[in-house]
This record gives sequence, structure tokens and C-alpha cells, in this order.
Amino acid sequence: MNALQSVPLNHYILLSAMLFAIGVIGVLVRRNAIIIFMCIELMLNAVNLLMVAFSAHHGDGSGQVFVFFIMAVAAAEVAVGLAILIMIHRNSKTTDIDFLNKLKF
Amino acid sequence: MTQYAFYFLAFVSILCALMVVFSKNPIHSVLYLVLTFFSIAGQYLLLNAQFLAVVHIVVYSGAIMVLFLFVLMLLNLNTEAEPQKSTWLKFAAVISGGLLLITFVASLKGSENMALVQKNPEIGLTANLGKILFNEFALPFEISSILLLSAMVGAVMLSQKEKEAKQ
Amino acid sequence: METPVLIFKCVLVVALFIVSLLVAMYSTYAERKVAAFLQDRLGPNRAGVFGLLQPLADGVKMFMKEEIIPNVSNKTLFILGPCLAMITALMAGVLIPWGGNLEIAGHVFALQITDLNIGILYIFGVTSLGVYGIMIGGWASNNKYSLFGAIRASAQMVSYEIAMGLAIIALIMTTGTMSLSEIAHQQGSGYANIVYQPLGFLIFLICVFAELNRAPFDMPESESELVGGYHTEYSSMKLGFYLFAEYINMFISSAVLVTFYLGGYNFPFQAELNSMLGLSTNAATLLGTGVFFLKIFFFIFFFMWVRWTLPRFRYDQLMKLGWQSLIPISILNVLITGLVMWFTGKIN
Repeated sequence: MNALQSVPLNHYILLSAMLFAIGVIGVLVRRNAIIIFMCIELMLNAVNLLMVAFSAHHGDGSGQVFVFFIMAVAAAEVAVGLAILIMIHRNSKTTDIDFLNKLKF
Repeated sequence: MTQYAFYFLAFVSILCALMVVFSKNPIHSVLYLVLTFFSIAGQYLLLNAQFLAVVHIVVYSGAIMVLFLFVLMLLNLNTEAEPQKSTWLKFAAVISGGLLLITFVASLKGSENMALVQKNPEIGLTANLGKILFNEFALPFEISSILLLSAMVGAVMLSQKEKEAKQ
Repeated sequence: METPVLIFKCVLVVALFIVSLLVAMYSTYAERKVAAFLQDRLGPNRAGVFGLLQPLADGVKMFMKEEIIPNVSNKTLFILGPCLAMITALMAGVLIPWGGNLEIAGHVFALQITDLNIGILYIFGVTSLGVYGIMIGGWASNNKYSLFGAIRASAQMVSYEIAMGLAIIALIMTTGTMSLSEIAHQQGSGYANIVYQPLGFLIFLICVFAELNRAPFDMPESESELVGGYHTEYSSMKLGFYLFAEYINMFISSAVLVTFYLGGYNFPFQAELNSMLGLSTNAATLLGTGVFFLKIFFFIFFFMWVRWTLPRFRYDQLMKLGWQSLIPISILNVLITGLVMWFTGKIN
């Protein structure tokens, strides 16, 4: 099934670059730590998409296996990160990162 | 046909990703992110990576985003409580993000514009991926299981109330 | 895809939709009758003979009632909630093999809308999406009780998904395939999968109870604590959609359960019976489908039986059962399955 002959590889790269840039903008713009977390997930997914596209292009499954590992790491990251955020909220009643500057020198 | 599907899904994913960043209500952000993930799963299907597409839906939409929703509901974060950055900071953030995008796109300039041809369409099937995963990547697979276990232990430990502090 | 197959698939989709709705409608009637029987009452018996028209009367009532959308609610999401619940309920049905092959005018059709080679994973994915309808509806109502219901539902479903997935992994190990038609077909020639996976069946059954939010795990809508749970603020047909989605889910989950573990459309001694009666292929297929539905109805009855027999769990008991009993047991099940397969030489 060579159905994708008409979509250039560059467009996949472009799409994932745009998603990644939107994720970066989200991290910079928002102050809510949970939203920043979600933007990081978005950036990870942009990379995943690119890996799958290249994996399909080269006919090599390793790229898709790497996506699994990224998913596993993302799941672990979310579990620990959200636990930390809940603890922060419990102690300081906010998830605003601008208030979390206790460690700042 | 498939190329229209690609451009439609790309449009949806970018639109929803923008809405994630710019919608005021965190719950709306989560729901838009779910939509983005669905369109990315659609892209995986177009690339004939069926197994990955379904796993993507199960892991991201089914588990991770439900966790986000759960935490947002638990902490009861509403629009009024949402802090905003000052306007010029936002402006600077958007400009720097745009510059990053321009850097990415500029690096593409010299490359030849080749079409994506699937050399081996069978690669995304479960059996083939399983063979690669358990032969070449057996050790990383085991290590990632330890990572998940330690993450689970860490999450449980973090969310426990401190007993010493209470006494 | 050639035209006759396409037409057949379209007919099958519409038929499945109608059958799901019909089964859901009469499940509400059956639930009331079963409850009445177990509590030594009569149950609905006014509309039609034995009250058989009661579901129709209820439907008309649902449509005629006043539609109330709370002022403080988030209107878009308030409407989206029941829609999502209904969509995810109907989505899983497409993969279930409802019977063997039918021969019509020289064409052979399989009684299954589509067969994916990742079928089990698809069903698992759709089940995991089912929580969104409840969560969105519960949050958008802007009501404390609804929010509590939504939070409980999400925690419960995510927790029980893990044990369910592990039970399914053991099943995939024994069957060696993820396609549902293949699994149903295998059980026709050998034993049903429950023989190889008794523990897996038990875990899967318990997890289905939790995923369906049925008693004894109906924490998200426990009337005595949370008024009505996630659908406290809903009225009219939106409430009807939530209730309908629950019954459709019950129907589809029973079908999945039967396909996975109890032989699907196969039944014992079917080859002997078919040759003894001299049935044609079509008649044998329809007989198989009939048996399939009988098994499904038994499980729907079983869900109701449990609901009106067992008291509700407490929330911490529910979590304890999920995380401290079911997950270790299901990991053990995977281990035992692997060891048995290794010793019997199925894998090397």
C-alpha cells in the first residue's frame, strides 16, 4: 500500500516543527504548571510523529519502537510530575510557577 | 484521497494545539489536547502504524489525559483563578517561539523535496514491531519497566501525607 | 471493496445500531422485572401485556420532559457529555463477530462489520475513552455531587483498566492473535478460552463491572451519597442518553466477554448437531448467532442479579481491591500462563 506517495516528507517535518513550536510557545506563555506540563506532552508528540514518519519512510521499525519508549517515559513523567504538583498545591494552594520561586537565588 | 486526509488532520492538530495554549480554561485546554492526540493517531494510521495508533490512544487519551483532567478537577482550578503573564512577556514568548519555528523551517531549505514512500508497509504491524522490540531492544525494554515501577513508587511516596509533620 | 459487500456492511451497521438500542430499551424493562422478582414484587405490568410496552412509555416520557440546562453550567460541554457517552458506547460493537459466514446469492459474507488485526487493543482503547462522557458531563454541570461522581468515575476506570489489560495480555498469550474473529473461530475447534484462562476470566468479569459503573461498583452514581452522581443535573433525553449508554455498554461488554472467553457464536457439539439436523451453512450461522445472543442475555441477567444482590463497596475498598488484589493476581496470571505455555512446549 503505497498510498502516501503524494505527501512529501517535508510536510511531515513541517507539521511536527509547528507542533513543537506551539508547545514551546505554550511553555513560555502560560503560568499554570499543569498547562506547561501538557505543552511538554505536545512537544513529545511532535517528535513521536516525526519518528513514525521517518520510520515509515526508511522501512525500519526501530523508529516506531523508540516511540514506545518515549510513551513509557512520558507516562512515568506524568505520574511523578502530577504527584509533585498535587503536593505543591497542598502546601501553597497554587500551581502558578511564578510563585514557586523559593529555590531562586 | 490520503493526502487530503493528511492535510485535514494536520490542520485539525495545529488548530487544536493553538487552542490548548490560548484557551483560558484549563479543562478546555485538556479537551483540545485530547483532540490533538486523536488527529496525531490519525496520522499514525495514515502511515500504516496501526499498533502505534491504538497504543497512542490507549496511553495518551485513555490514561494520561484522564489523569490531567482528574488532577484539574481535584484541584478545582477555574478560569478566575488562572494567573496570566503580562502582555509584553506573552508577546516576547510568541516571537521567540516563532523564531524557533523559522530556524526549523530554514534548516529544511536545502533539502530535496522527496515524497514519502513506504518501503516496507508491513513494518507497523504488531508481529513485526514485537520482533524488533524483543530482539534488538530487549534490554531497554526491561529497563523501561524498572523506570515505570520506580515512577509508580515515587508517585505513591510523594502523594502520601507526611506522618512526622503531623505529630 | 465491491458493491455487494459494501451494501451488506451498511445493512449490518444499521442492524447493529437498531439491535443495540432495542436490547438497551428492553434491558431497562428487564432490570425492573429482575429487581421486582428478587424483591418479591410484581414490577411494571400496566403498559401492555406483562408491561412489555413500558420501555416505549418511558421513552416517550423522556422526550416529553422539560429540558433543563443549569445557568451556571458550561453549556457546550454539558451537551457534549451525553453525546460522548453514547458514541463511545456504540463504537466497540463494530468489531464483534456476531456469527459465522452467510451465503447470499453466491457471495460469502462474514457477520462482522470489520475485522482489525489489532481488534482487542481497539476495544481496550474504546473502553478507556468511555470515561470522558462521564467526566465532561460531571464537570460541566458545575455541581459538587456531579464533580465527585466524575472524579470517582475517572479514578475507578483508570485503576481497573490496568488489571483488565493484564488479563487481556494473558488471553493474547494463549490465543496468539488480537483479531476477534480469529479468537471466536479458534474456540469453535477447541475448548472455549475460559478453560485455559479461568483466573483471567474472573479478573476480566470483575473489571467489566467496574468499567460499567455497575453495582457493586456504582460509586460514580451512588444515590445514597451523591444524590445522582455525575448525572444529578441532567434531565429529559440527556439523562436518557446516559442511562441508554450504560445499558448499551452492558450489552457490548457482555458480547466482548462471551467472544473472549466463552466461545462467541460457537457452542458445544455444534458440528455434530448441524450434521444431525442437516442444516445448511446459513441456518447453522443463524443458529450460532442465536446462541451468541442467549449467552449475552445470560450475562446481562447476571449483571442485574449481582446489582440487586450485593451491597455497594466503599470507595477505599474499591481502590484496595483494584490495586492490591486484582493487579497482583493478574500479574500472577500472566506469569502462570507463560510458565504453563513454556512447560507444555507451546513456546521455547
